[in-house]
Amino acid sequence: MATRPIKFYQVGSHAAGNRLLDPSLRSLQSDPNRSNAITKGHRACQGCGEALGARYAIDAAMRATGGQLIAANATGCLEVFSTPYPESSWQLPWLHSLFGNAPAVASGIAAALKAKGRSEVRVIGQGGDGGTVDIGMACLSGMFERNDDVLYICYDNEAYMNTGVQRSGSTPPAARTMTTQAVGPQPGNPFGQGKNVPQIAMAHEIPYVATATVAEPRDLEAKVEQAMSIRGARYIHVLVTCPLGWASASGDTIKVARLAKETGLFPVFEARDGVLSAVSKIRRQEPVEEYLALQGRYRHLFKPTRQEDVIARIQARADRNIERYGLL
Amino acid sequence: MLEQIEGSRAVARALALCRPEVIPAYPISPQTHIVEALSAMVKSGELAPCEFVNVESEFAAMSVAIGASATGARTYTATASQGLLYMAEALYNASGLGLPVVMTVANRAIGAPINIWNDHSDSMSQRDSGWIQLYVESNQEAVDTHVLAFRLAEELSLPVMVCMDGFILTHAFERVDLPSAEQVDSFLPAYEPRQLLDPADPVSIGAMVGPEAFTEVKYLAHVKHLQALDLIPELSEQLGAELGRTQHGVLRRYRSEDAETIVVALGSVLGTIEDAVDQLRGQGVSIGAVGIKAFRPFPTEDVREALARAARVVVIEKALALGVGGILVQDVRNSLAGSRAGIYTVIAGLGGRPITTEGLCGLLTAAVADTLEATTFLDLNSDLVERELARARATRRSGPHAENLLRDIGVVAAGPV
Amino acid sequence: MFQVRFHGRGGQGVVTAAELLSVAAFQEGRHAQAFPSFGSERTGAPVVSFCRIDDHEIRTREPVSEPDALIVQDPTLLHQVDVFGGLRAEGYVLINSARSFDELGLGDWVTGFRRERLLTVPASEMARERLGAPRPNAALLGGLAALTGVVSLEAVKEAIVRRFAGSLAEGNSAAAEACFQFVSGARQVANA
Repeated sequence: MATRPIKFYQVGSHAAGNRLLDPSLRSLQSDPNRSNAITKGHRACQGCGEALGARYAIDAAMRATGGQLIAANATGCLEVFSTPYPESSWQLPWLHSLFGNAPAVASGIAAALKAKGRSEVRVIGQGGDGGTVDIGMACLSGMFERNDDVLYICYDNEAYMNTGVQRSGSTPPAARTMTTQAVGPQPGNPFGQGKNVPQIAMAHEIPYVATATVAEPRDLEAKVEQAMSIRGARYIHVLVTCPLGWASASGDTIKVARLAKETGLFPVFEARDGVLSAVSKIRRQEPVEEYLALQGRYRHLFKPTRQEDVIARIQARADRNIERYGLL
Repeated sequence: MLEQIEGSRAVARALALCRPEVIPAYPISPQTHIVEALSAMVKSGELAPCEFVNVESEFAAMSVAIGASATGARTYTATASQGLLYMAEALYNASGLGLPVVMTVANRAIGAPINIWNDHSDSMSQRDSGWIQLYVESNQEAVDTHVLAFRLAEELSLPVMVCMDGFILTHAFERVDLPSAEQVDSFLPAYEPRQLLDPADPVSIGAMVGPEAFTEVKYLAHVKHLQALDLIPELSEQLGAELGRTQHGVLRRYRSEDAETIVVALGSVLGTIEDAVDQLRGQGVSIGAVGIKAFRPFPTEDVREALARAARVVVIEKALALGVGGILVQDVRNSLAGSRAGIYTVIAGLGGRPITTEGLCGLLTAAVADTLEATTFLDLNSDLVERELARARATRRSGPHAENLLRDIGVVAAGPV
Repeated sequence: MFQVRFHGRGGQGVVTAAELLSVAAFQEGRHAQAFPSFGSERTGAPVVSFCRIDDHEIRTREPVSEPDALIVQDPTLLHQVDVFGGLRAEGYVLINSARSFDELGLGDWVTGFRRERLLTVPASEMARERLGAPRPNAALLGGLAALTGVVSLEAVKEAIVRRFAGSLAEGNSAAAEACFQFVSGARQVANA
């Protein structure tokens, strides 16, 4: 498993302080000498889960590679808020090309490095769910199929946020977006099968696939570190809360992400060569309602009347995940 | 070294000498023989160090090229027709980012209707994508121009598209003088990027640029294109000296200096046109040809000068702006602003329809006698068209045009009668 | 300029035939251009290819509409496709068939042409004997060399050897030679 068991120093809640931890067990973010690959000054919203996730992930990758890292970024929130002309918050070589091609651009960078015999320099491709799950899917699959030496990180906030909150292939059932509005007999996103990109990645049998959330940043760091120790195509899917798009309080970003895991709605696991290799168990199963109630995008499930049947269907999905992945 | 060789293979051999480092490739007729030949060279180790990447689409091909070029690798790919369209977004991205990718476009018609044969609709559709466009007349010129293209692209930090007629050139076996490795190395140094993704010196490339600076960025690209108008002849001369054969620069003239009538065209049809010119000259007609090689940027001044003494200009083109007429002719007309020369547009060769010496002679004789229409569709089957128009007038559910026409000309068997 | 048009079906090496002829001409220091006219790849569909040979640069790219020589690799095309279209009165014709012009139903058609320049040859059978496969393209080039003299048999064999390896090269060369001898013999009979 990616995280290591530590002795918690309780601070009166489920939080754990790591002030007294051995430095080697601390988050890299506590190290003043971290690379700060995405530095302060970017224009992300208050409470942005993606900014948080990217910071942890890229710094971890920088440490793992001794700073020998190049990133290709898809169009999206991360790209837009991190490079408001004429400034850039990136402190590593960084290329933004198009919306749908980040995996291919990353493959190109990796190919060039290989041709030049510079295999010590590693490559990250990154994007949101829009650029990964939908418009980038063909390029992602191509990169996987060729087993190009790229770590691709998807920061999943479950909709096209940068363009104003439109539905993506990653939008969960019943969620309100501007193109799946909370009106009519079936408000919000329809109940479909979803598009499970981590499973798609596993179907490509690439060396490493993992999911993570911004509620467990240390886990995310460890997974990025693990990924960088492997050559070939790797994929990490990170659930990142979007207070704006999810209509949650900006101070609830971590809490909402934690509940996504603890309800079973977002399974956290690792897979190697297409086979599930480790699962992060749910500490204490929470009913999905706890999670849904914190987000305005699900408000129509509670007001003006409770939609018991819809909530029950969502609960059934969570239960199915728990069983399928052995989360309890 | 002289060889009798297929155009595609000749180009692949020349490309290999240019030492590309990354070649992403997606197959599409009629470019396949080029990338196949290159893949074999990479796989056998003959072309090394080089990564040949079999990508999942043309969009991926150009995207991989963008990543590779930004990382300092000399990068090449090839496509045609639908493939060029599929990478359209990436074309603009590559040029906007100033990446010196070189690409062969094996000119092929764009569907619908699907058509695998040659015309210029594909590269014409991307004429304003910010890529330099060079059109070649023969496979010899194709070979030499690819070498030129890398040097040109890298000096300007602009991508270059070498357009060669699909099938007509790519699949033709003809005599080609392949340059030696020494000659190419002498002309084409290692790629030194203006911008580079390098951990030792990090930069962010691809930021959003707002109203405050976008115009200036575009203006700079425009300036680079204008610089190309000088650089192309300069580099062509250098290359010509190295190879020992004249390179054409932005355009070529054939018996046009004193010609009363000048034919203007792009690409391989110029060969047939030159034969027609010789035939008509033999009959005492004052006629010549100007072959435009650099279509983007368009060498307005050079074209103006080349056509200055003509009484009439006949633009023969394999492209069509629906509802307007020719495409090349628009730029030619612009060059002739203020001139009293008559301008004829001839749309020919669409979808691979052969352009014959006989047809050209008939056409040009009419042009010289000024009995030609302003815009002509060469060899148009008017009966066929009239029949379909009548059919469409008669009934709403008249059926798809293409299938109806094919049935009329007997290519597709009619249903039970 | 000498212009040859090849007719056959996909898979019979019609395109290769034109290319080989162009290489043969090149071997003899001449300019040559070979190119196909075909639809999407499909075995069995009619295919046409062209070859032009000249002593100076060949600039035109149009299909060969007035061939000096015709090679018909597949006689089933004879009454389906207009293989003879544009053939010059002085033109040569080589048809891959064991049957005669009369037997092929072309008895009337031959009037107006130089009879001694029109031949049928059992090229597929020659190829089968020497190559192990009834692919007549190389054999027919040997026949063309004998019939027209536009290239020598040596040049044809040189082109074959450059294109094919091992037993394929040997077989094709032998077939070309056999066809060359056959046509030379037939011409002697015709001229007698």
